[in-house]
Amino acid sequence: MSTQGDLLHIVTSDTISPRRVRAGRVLVWVAGLGFLGVAAWQILFASGRVPWGFDNWRPVLLAYLVWATALCAAQVIVRGEAGKRTLFILPAVLFVVSLVVFPLLFGLYISFTDWNLASQQGMQPNGLNNLRQMWNDAFFWNALKNMVYYVLAVFVEYAIAFGLALLLNAQIRARKFFRVTFLLPLMLSPVAVSWMIGKSMMEIRFGPLARLARELGWDRPSFFGSPEVARFMIMAMDAWTFIPFMMIMLLAGLQALPKEVIEASKVDGASAWQSFWEVIFPLMLPVSVTAIVIRVIFKLKLADIIINVTSGGPGGATDSVTSFIFREYRDRSNVGYGTLLAMVYLVLIIIFVTLLLKVVARFMERPQ
Amino acid sequence: MTGTTQIFRDAGSDRMHRAKWWTSRIAIYGALTIWAIICLFPIYWTVTTSFKLAPDVMKGNMVPWLDFTPRWKGWQSLGLSPDVIFQTSTVREEFLKRFWNSLITSLTSSGLAVVLGSLAAYGLSRFSYRFGFMRNSDISFFFLSQMILPPVVLALPFLVLYKSLALLDTRIGLILLYTLMVLPIVIWIMRDQFAGIPVELEEAALVDGLGIWGAFFQIVLPIALPGMVAAFILSLVLTWNEYFFAALLTATDAKTLPVMVASQTGSQGINWWSMAALSGAAILPLVVVAIFLEKYIIKGMAAGAVK
Repeated sequence: MSTQGDLLHIVTSDTISPRRVRAGRVLVWVAGLGFLGVAAWQILFASGRVPWGFDNWRPVLLAYLVWATALCAAQVIVRGEAGKRTLFILPAVLFVVSLVVFPLLFGLYISFTDWNLASQQGMQPNGLNNLRQMWNDAFFWNALKNMVYYVLAVFVEYAIAFGLALLLNAQIRARKFFRVTFLLPLMLSPVAVSWMIGKSMMEIRFGPLARLARELGWDRPSFFGSPEVARFMIMAMDAWTFIPFMMIMLLAGLQALPKEVIEASKVDGASAWQSFWEVIFPLMLPVSVTAIVIRVIFKLKLADIIINVTSGGPGGATDSVTSFIFREYRDRSNVGYGTLLAMVYLVLIIIFVTLLLKVVARFMERPQ
Repeated sequence: MTGTTQIFRDAGSDRMHRAKWWTSRIAIYGALTIWAIICLFPIYWTVTTSFKLAPDVMKGNMVPWLDFTPRWKGWQSLGLSPDVIFQTSTVREEFLKRFWNSLITSLTSSGLAVVLGSLAAYGLSRFSYRFGFMRNSDISFFFLSQMILPPVVLALPFLVLYKSLALLDTRIGLILLYTLMVLPIVIWIMRDQFAGIPVELEEAALVDGLGIWGAFFQIVLPIALPGMVAAFILSLVLTWNEYFFAALLTATDAKTLPVMVASQTGSQGINWWSMAALSGAAILPLVVVAIFLEKYIIKGMAAGAVK
């Protein structure tokens, strides 16, 4: 993932007067102190040490925004051309840092408290109790185990997506029609999908899929009754929405393949099967790996369909980690514990994705 | 002229070849048709069900006019059928409010993400930065690593944070989160786009007296516009369909369409026709987008895949 264009080298002869530099610095400091001052005042007000303050913390946010703007402006004032260059990425960096780092730290604090929204006491730090509770929580481990199944299902999705990409890449008529049609499921919101398919088409009495199942000899179809079938149905619905995603990436890869190599293999007498396995598939490996990795990352966030179709049932057989924590928040208001689970999940994801990328990197190096 | 002996004929091997060609054609089109049915049937089912009455649903009638007479029942319950469209309807107001919320949040957050992301991606593909120990590749990794951040980790801290900032149940709150969510994807797509633009163009512009921002706006931006549209539409799809944050962070005012759809299912048994109409209305905008702007969606998704 290191696409880097040519660098634009610029030599500028900025002469910035010391007064201008000073003005810029003063601007940042004034805005920064203003922000800190407002924040400090509000903290004092919230803890009841000063008699009056703001109704909520929004003024602090505004003061932060003023400081961020001042920081951006000061880049140009103090550093001239170099500052103008920094200005390209500074807004995005500030945005992400303030919206990710602070909430993450705050979340880390919450996760070691016994906070429950239903209780009146507010939050109390409770040390490692949450971790101990997690260790004994069979439902959480079950949800993690389900995530393993869900992630493994990506390979099946990949196989189907590859097949569809090959079909779309063949010499066919009405290619645009098929491409748009195949793309459509990706556009639909998982919530609508869970009603359209999960609740309506798989309805046991009237749903068309249940009818079809009866025609095919399954006497009393129940799609969400037994754990295995339910899990498979969730996988199928998720696959239905996301197969187009991989398909498009693989199709783009197929279209970028060098034609000469494939023609050469044909001239040398390779059958279609051979030219696929020995030419196309190896050449497609980089694209395949990218598609699979991104799909796995998306899969790790799987929740909407599960929340809306089965709410994790039967007996937690379809739970993903996200849907489990969602219910912990929604139904049990168990905020401290839920956040700890989310943090643990984040750590597991980071480890998993890092390992995945490492393995992929090593695996990709070998052929050369 | 009696002898009708054919002088030129296909050799056996040629005929075999043709038979093989036909089988492969049939197999290809068969597979394509089957998958097309798999893709389209749920949409067809939803749309037709929204015109059905209860008996039609129970009998499993499928084809309008042949099996059953289409009625406006489903759309009537949303207040959107021709006979009630001019009357006041609380359901319609509710629906339009949710629709409007979804529209505003998804358009604004996608727009914001494209602006911030394009600027950052351009900077990263053209200049070399150094913030402390962070070089360009580290900054890129920092942005892209946000992609693996599961929403559930941020949900609760944001709930508490928004409560104290009075941003809970507001569109601004959702917009900020959605922007954060799609920003890495935008940066990923746009970095690829900018890397494909030759740097000589800007060099020429700089020689001719434009500043770097002038060169960016007047030279680079018009070239990168299709890529930006692609990134915008992809963000739009993700933000329009987002359910998790909306379910946790909105209650009445800023509730979006997916939350409305989800909240209907549990309430009063399943009201088939109105649910079908609601789902249909929720997916319609993006189906239209997919049909007309398919090119850009594919371009956006292909951007990162092929290098």
